[in-house]
Amino acid sequence: MELILDILLNPVVIALLKIVVIVLVFVAATGTVMTLMERKWMSAVQDRIGPNRANIPFLRDFRGRGALHMAADGLKSIFKEDTVPEGVDLVIFTIAPFFGFISAVVIWAVIPFAAPIGDFTFQITDVNIGILLVFAVTSLGIYGTVLAGWSSNNKFALLGAARGTSQMLSYEIFLGLSLVGVFMVNGSVQVSILVANQNTYWFGDVIPKWGLFTQPLAFVMFFTAMLAEAKRLPFDAPEGESEIIAGYFMEYSGMRYAAFMLAEYIAMVGIAALVTTLFLGGYHVPWLHAEGFQIFGWFMAVPVWLVSALQILAFVGKIIFFCWLIIMVRWTIPRFRFDQIMELGWKKLLPLSLANIVLTALVLLAVDNWNL
Amino acid sequence: MSSKRRPTTPDFSAQPMTIEIGPAHPATHGIVRFTAQLDGEVVAAMETEIGYLHRGFEKEAENSTYIQIIPYTDRLNYVSPLINNVGYSMAVEKLFDIEVPRRAEFARVIMSEVSRITDHLTCNGATAMEVGAMTVFLYFIKAREYLWEVVEEVTGARLTTNWTRIGGNANDLPDGFLEMLRERLLKVSDVLDEGEKLVLKNKIFIDRMKDVGILSKERALEYAFTGPLLRAAGVPYDLRREDSYSVYDEMDFEIPVGTVGDCYDRFLVRQEEMKQSISIIRQAMDKLPPGDFMNRDRRVFYPDKAKVYGNIEGLIDHFKIVMEGPKPPPGESYTAVEGGNGEVGFYLVSDGSGKPVKCRVRPPCLNYVQAVPEMTIGHYVADIVPIFGSINMIGGELER
Repeated sequence: MELILDILLNPVVIALLKIVVIVLVFVAATGTVMTLMERKWMSAVQDRIGPNRANIPFLRDFRGRGALHMAADGLKSIFKEDTVPEGVDLVIFTIAPFFGFISAVVIWAVIPFAAPIGDFTFQITDVNIGILLVFAVTSLGIYGTVLAGWSSNNKFALLGAARGTSQMLSYEIFLGLSLVGVFMVNGSVQVSILVANQNTYWFGDVIPKWGLFTQPLAFVMFFTAMLAEAKRLPFDAPEGESEIIAGYFMEYSGMRYAAFMLAEYIAMVGIAALVTTLFLGGYHVPWLHAEGFQIFGWFMAVPVWLVSALQILAFVGKIIFFCWLIIMVRWTIPRFRFDQIMELGWKKLLPLSLANIVLTALVLLAVDNWNL
Repeated sequence: MSSKRRPTTPDFSAQPMTIEIGPAHPATHGIVRFTAQLDGEVVAAMETEIGYLHRGFEKEAENSTYIQIIPYTDRLNYVSPLINNVGYSMAVEKLFDIEVPRRAEFARVIMSEVSRITDHLTCNGATAMEVGAMTVFLYFIKAREYLWEVVEEVTGARLTTNWTRIGGNANDLPDGFLEMLRERLLKVSDVLDEGEKLVLKNKIFIDRMKDVGILSKERALEYAFTGPLLRAAGVPYDLRREDSYSVYDEMDFEIPVGTVGDCYDRFLVRQEEMKQSISIIRQAMDKLPPGDFMNRDRRVFYPDKAKVYGNIEGLIDHFKIVMEGPKPPPGESYTAVEGGNGEVGFYLVSDGSGKPVKCRVRPPCLNYVQAVPEMTIGHYVADIVPIFGSINMIGGELER
């Protein structure tokens, strides 16, 4: 008995269990649900009903409002013929989908789901380089795009890959610079500190110091850069379905294609989590502290387990809100041309992110000097 | 050439890349093939190949009676089939020198304008979709659906209308039609406003459309452009005004013109034309006179069934029209109407028999497609799509 407990409480085992729960149960499931919700929300925007045909014939044509489409899509991709065109560099062609997939999943290593209870953290690992790790890993995702386009032996795919590269060059820089302001405010890049700092308040207990309020410009820029990172509209020039058809993954079929699709949706959920963590207070429920709610001197005690549960719920709710926002953006606005993306990145958002750093520095200096 | 266009000479020794865009490409709706030489992403040279939708309309027309050709004309511009019906019937009526009752003329104007709106809705929606605004496309298709239900109410079909006849229309406007159309027009103008709100205040959309695919007024005239593309280039040429055929001279409408002749101007011109069409329809509905829907001339009118079964003259008339077709006097006629895309002309030669010796269609798209390389060279690959979308190529009409 003691042996089993020892094994279970081993930090490595705990970390593995967390990975299983977070990645397999939460992330994969949310990503899959988002493939359906994208189509459902899209049809709501466009005044349509959306997918609702998949059914189970033996159960009185059970349809579940289209929920079965998730299963149908998965089954379809598995059983579809896996065509590989001629002249393909098979090794690169095969590994390319995993770059995007892995970089989308690794984001979750540092995302906390709730406040730590004692030694136990609701986070796979709290490395001290935190967000820098995220930057390092997410920029690997572009290799998936480039290698897929390069190895496909298709000119449209090659164009998509080239566009992907030029797009990455234009957003990656202001992606990093936009967060420098956040790091300056918090004095750290460790995710747990970034989140904990957001649960302090202005004016007594009233307005939480969420990144959204301390760094509004950074929020807009980071969100924009993240849309580009995930190649979502308006930055889906590498895919450009109307001009270069599907761009870098046009030669992929069956499960290989599904890997790209799933990676895109997992990346979308990851982005939502990242933006939530950095700018919307992460798992924080406003005015909920470790012991209970506190606002205007009014206090209500809440048991610890309920605090954690509420925090996880709030976190998931915020993620879903951002996913919804990303989807709404996609179905509202048109697509940039790739030279316009570069113009936006280099000429507008890069100077803006630099200005944001200077502005943040000045404000911090003023706060320090005059004890505002 | 505008200053916005990028230089096409490479700075380093690189081979241009040849790509085939189409015929199976989502943007080449209507089926056409572009062979483009790319310098990076800039189109350095381009060739157009047409002919994937050739159905031999003109040859087929030589083997059909004048009435049998009418359903074929539906398939010319298949997003505004009623205008083709009207244009063709007018050409035959000119051969016969036959009068159309006023009520039928008004009905034709109403249905033509309804078709013009469906045409422009399709084109503008598709253009918006191709630059990524999918929602606008679906909104516009929804509005088109409202109008196609009206067309179905009148003609019995949404697309294969086959509605006009020589000397009038197949039937009168149905009961309750005016109320239905009035209600639908309100809905359509709502959708138009909605769509404009989504795109016309959107910087991305404007950036994608402005200064893209410019063709100057002079070049447009040299290419013999007509319709919305010529008006977008700044020439206020509209056959409804120039020829004032049918009863268009009694209608009060404006001809929108663009300034530059880029994709954005074309979008705006079409958008404004739809509003003018709505106004024309409303005027025509107010002025709609009572009367007959068909000229009951023995040469062209199918006699009533009571006469066919009841007396010998009726039976003979019916037999002659069905077996030999109405026979116009020898001669030739050319009639052009303002189609959704521009001047749709029908040139007919008659030798006095029931079938035309020659039936030639003047498609407006042919000139536009010729100009696509000139509009595109120097722009990016991504610009091919809105440029091609904004010329509204309809394969059925282009290749006949």
